[in-house]
Amino acid sequence: MNILVCLKQTFDTEEKIVIENGEISEDGVEFVINPYDEYAVEEAIKIKEEQGGEVTVLSVGPSRAESALRTALAMGADKAILVDDESLFGDEYTISKVLAAVAKRDSYDLILGGYMAVDDGSAQVGPRLAEELDIPHISTITGLEVNGDKVKVEKDVEGDTEIIEASMPVLLTAQQGLNEPRYPSLPGIMKAKKKPLERLTAGDIGINPDEIKAKTEVLDQFLPPKKEAGKILEGELDDQVKELVQLLRNEAKVI
Amino acid sequence: MNFELSDEIQMLKKSVREFVQHEVEPVAMQIEREDRIPDEVIEKSKEMGLFGISIPEEYGGLGINMVGKCAVYEEIGATHNGYTTLLGAHSGIGTVGIVEMGTEAQKQKYLPAMARGEKIGAFALTEPEAGSNAANLKTTAVKRGDKYILNGTKHYITNALVADVFTVMAVTDPDKGAKGITSFIVEKDFPGFKVGKVEPKMGLHGSQSAEIVLEDCEVPVENVLGEEGRGYVNALKILANGRAGLAARNLGSCQKLLDMSVRYAQERVQFGVPIIEHQAVAHMLAEMAVDIEALRSLVYRVAWMVDEGKRVIKEAAMLKLFGSEVYNRVADKAVQIHGGIGYISDYPIERFYRDARITRIYEGTSEIQKNIIASQLNREYSK
Ligand SMILES: Cc1cc2nc3c(=O)[nH]c(=O)nc-3n(C[C@H](O)[C@H](O)[C@H](O)COP(=O)(O)OP(=O)(O)OC[C@H]3O[C@@H](n4cnc5c(N)ncnc54)[C@H](O)[C@@H]3O)c2cc1C
Repeated sequence: MNILVCLKQTFDTEEKIVIENGEISEDGVEFVINPYDEYAVEEAIKIKEEQGGEVTVLSVGPSRAESALRTALAMGADKAILVDDESLFGDEYTISKVLAAVAKRDSYDLILGGYMAVDDGSAQVGPRLAEELDIPHISTITGLEVNGDKVKVEKDVEGDTEIIEASMPVLLTAQQGLNEPRYPSLPGIMKAKKKPLERLTAGDIGINPDEIKAKTEVLDQFLPPKKEAGKILEGELDDQVKELVQLLRNEAKVI
Repeated sequence: MNFELSDEIQMLKKSVREFVQHEVEPVAMQIEREDRIPDEVIEKSKEMGLFGISIPEEYGGLGINMVGKCAVYEEIGATHNGYTTLLGAHSGIGTVGIVEMGTEAQKQKYLPAMARGEKIGAFALTEPEAGSNAANLKTTAVKRGDKYILNGTKHYITNALVADVFTVMAVTDPDKGAKGITSFIVEKDFPGFKVGKVEPKMGLHGSQSAEIVLEDCEVPVENVLGEEGRGYVNALKILANGRAGLAARNLGSCQKLLDMSVRYAQERVQFGVPIIEHQAVAHMLAEMAVDIEALRSLVYRVAWMVDEGKRVIKEAAMLKLFGSEVYNRVADKAVQIHGGIGYISDYPIERFYRDARITRIYEGTSEIQKNIIASQLNREYSK
């Protein structure tokens, strides 16, 4: 089985976001594999361990994204591809075009990714990529079984579980709950440095950057307004209730 | 000069940090109460590869240099010291003898299983009559045919209860003093090998130190480690090698104590302000931070010297001494800054305070380190 996992390097979710001159500052920030993509990496490695095959991890991003790919290799992926070419960075439209071009260089039975990236949260790249490749996709999966050339997935639907079967090739995006990603073991980290990591540019994948320019534009970035300190009501219970109703009506304007 | 750790070592550090935070820290209080490390934690540590830290790659270990080892030890040091002592005694004094002095056959036989943690290592030098004066061993080894017969008692041996493979020093030629000592690889299943009394102790819960009783213990000649008569030198070498690792673990514990102390001092309010605003408290934090930075520099400098193949007898002793004394100073201040909570056993601070105390005693007391440093100075200045 040939598995491709698309992953993005994102800020560690515990990082504090700082905006400087309208840009999010990367100064001293710790980067990680986007947590949803990490479920995808874990799932791919599990399938490989149980059924054999090869896992390729793919990212479009700056050189620093190499460390996310190395982490995936340390967890057990076999090879990595980094599209490290600024002319190919853009929005979801651009990225899915680039990923599709790389995916087409080989034939993959299964393509996995996170259902969204924790930084921009668009949840578009997976489905867009499936469309580009003209294969079916199932998003936000929480369970996966691979049998022959079929997959059986579980996904949450408004508190119920939906079970869907599909034939490969198929693209699946991971939701929290799919698995518990392993830590890269120390021997895994040592082995990762010897695994192949291919770097590609627009020329290598035959793309003209001008043709896939971003369709969207970021106009402004700002932090949410600071939370005001909470108010604790005091006095007799009756008075508190009255005050609360009054506040909900006049101040919070929710009733 | 370059103070950056390589990408790969940073990755090792990060992975160990996360492992320790998620798998060991949550059970630290339990380890302390039960004086036992849960099997699950040991199993997961094996899967992580934590038992192969000092074993070369060709024998299934990590194959990292001393700088890399110290980086890993620093992260391990941030959690329960009983757990870190189990790992440290295995990877430090427990395996290094076989790695450095073992024959190819010995390495093939023991190291792969030790790297996987299937076999745990220990080091047995100390005896009731031979503590700081380690050459004063009474345990004897007499050659009989293709075996040595060992007789004697070792005490305070870390990992005695869990270890499978012991590096044991015994006297093969009583007339030659320190030059009549030989080291042996002794398996726990060899006839005549017995674990004796387990010593209850002030700290390092979860790590057991016990007596080892050798009664006509049969050790095959192929298990002589290094040359006959070189056992004392071997022991000193193994201990010197362990020193950087121990200091790196102490460094991790110190950093953890500083993290906890700064946070506590920012949150705890007395006299209307966070106590960090009281200069006496702030100065304690500053002193802790300076000690820790100085220790960090010395750890990685000595580790680098080891990797460069430089002679480190004096520097390793300085590091053992400084690392242990700093850990004790830092732990003392951490208790002080935490006030009553620092003394209460439902919080981790007092545990670090007790665990810190042993570092000035084992693997050579602070006084012995000063003796080594001074005798090296004397030598240097006599040239
Ligand atoms: C928890 C624990 C774990 C241990 N683990 C191991 C292990 O795994 N393997 C192992 O072989 N040993 C182990 N030891 C033994 C440890 O290394 C010794 O306890 C230590 O070396 C001190 O020896 P001693 O206890 O006999 O003290 P002593 O040597 O009797 O020392 C008593 C005091 O006298 C001082 N002193 C002695 N000689 C001199 C001198 N020449 N100059 C100045 N001061 C001196 C010492 O510094 C100390 O303050 C362990 C001990 C403990 C407590």
